[in-house]
Amino acid sequence: MDEKRYELNVQLAQMLKGGVIMDVTTVEQARIAEEAGAVAVMALERVPADIRAQGGVARMSEPGLIRQIKQSVSIPVMAKARIGHFVEAQLLETLKIDYIDESEVLTPADEECHIDKTKFSIPFVCGARNLAEALRRIAEGAAMIRTKGEAGTGNVVEAVRHMRTMNREIRQLLNMPLEEVTGFCKVNGMPYEQALKVRELGRLPVVNFAAGGLATPADAALMMQLGCDGVFVGSGIFKSSNPAVRARGIVKATAFFNDPEKILEASLGLGEAMPGLEIAQIPADKLLAGRGW
Amino acid sequence: MNPSKPSTRPEPVLGVLDLQGGVLEHLDHLERLGIRGLPVKSPEDLSGLKGLILPGGESTCMSRLLRIFGVDEAIRREYRKGMKIWGTCAGTILLAARVRGETSHLGLIDMEVERNSFGSQLDSFTATAVVPSVSPDPLPLTFIRSPKILEVGEGVNILLRMNDFIAAVETPGTLATVFHPELTGSTAFHRYFAVKCGLCPAPDVPALDPGWSRTSWTRHVRVR
Repeated sequence: MDEKRYELNVQLAQMLKGGVIMDVTTVEQARIAEEAGAVAVMALERVPADIRAQGGVARMSEPGLIRQIKQSVSIPVMAKARIGHFVEAQLLETLKIDYIDESEVLTPADEECHIDKTKFSIPFVCGARNLAEALRRIAEGAAMIRTKGEAGTGNVVEAVRHMRTMNREIRQLLNMPLEEVTGFCKVNGMPYEQALKVRELGRLPVVNFAAGGLATPADAALMMQLGCDGVFVGSGIFKSSNPAVRARGIVKATAFFNDPEKILEASLGLGEAMPGLEIAQIPADKLLAGRGW
Repeated sequence: MNPSKPSTRPEPVLGVLDLQGGVLEHLDHLERLGIRGLPVKSPEDLSGLKGLILPGGESTCMSRLLRIFGVDEAIRREYRKGMKIWGTCAGTILLAARVRGETSHLGLIDMEVERNSFGSQLDSFTATAVVPSVSPDPLPLTFIRSPKILEVGEGVNILLRMNDFIAAVETPGTLATVFHPELTGSTAFHRYFAVKCGLCPAPDVPALDPGWSRTSWTRHVRVR
């Protein structure tokens, strides 16, 4: 990917700012999402809550389904490839979707290497739990970052932890003298050049969205007030009792995240949210955020 | 961003619709020209504005949010009172009277557009062109999942035609560009729009700001 192509890819993510990206598993859901004001859809066979419940190996979705969803909407379409599975990424690029999510929600294909995203023309979004992880992905060519959170739980606590961690580490990096940066990078596994960029900008150089466990308009506004540039909602919409209404509520709350009256309006009459999971009750080997590094 | 009360508003000021999309990038360019950009989220924010920018983003999302809080009606009202409007990319779709295969939104320019007319993100591209009305110099143009203007009605002035489509048009009250001047270092279109709105942008700003980079927008959202 040349620098100009990378710039265009980063800039597409900028155009998604303040928006909601929704997981969809059918053409009908994709249309509901678009109509509700989603800025993009993530085309999937199963939402994370079902992947979690059903277990087994989760792979890239069936290409025919992704193509159908792509043909049914005019907003950008994203799809997930397994961590390190560069051939799944090649297929998604050949399908000409708009963005690839190299995602811990799927079973990793490589436990040592993430995809070399610089080899692709198509943009990638990657999950991160902290600043160092975000900067490693950017160094590999990611054009957009999201928190990992804990997908499929309807529990926002991990997304909050990941966003607060990134913000805290950015503040630390900004406030230390230059001679301490090398050591900070060594201890945290942080690419040095990227760390210097963060010091210059006072934030990540690319768009950073919230993801993993968001289920309500208030969850979305919470993540926006913590400084996210937009939000992903996975299982939270189509695992709720009234997806269309909830989707509209989350879009509204994301746009007006600083206005409690409007968030309240957005929260009324939504029906039941998806059932939630306590993180401590999930066996360690079933936690998704620890996949990738 | 907390918009201040209209009475305390220093001039010159232009509004940028702040419901979703590339808002900060426009605010950043306006600042280069010594113009304060006011993020517009509700009908009250529009009062007294000489001009409003509809940014890039997703037109379906912005259109829905425009409707539910009555911002669309307020925009039409201020437009009739003389407020100028500039749409970039998705903003152009909002301004069009006809959107192929869909219902139109604000419908203030007699033209037909097609959404996402080039294909996927892999078909996004940059180009350079001279737009004589705007600047004698070639301008960098950035097209991201861009729409095309297919045809325009009488009274709509074509500013830039490229291959098989129209890329920029204007009427006395509007300006529409399917590309994103706010994603380049060029302030030429922002200057052109400010002058159209009757403002005097700072004169000593280079047309192509060497200080601009693709991360310039981030200075408005530093971690605190």
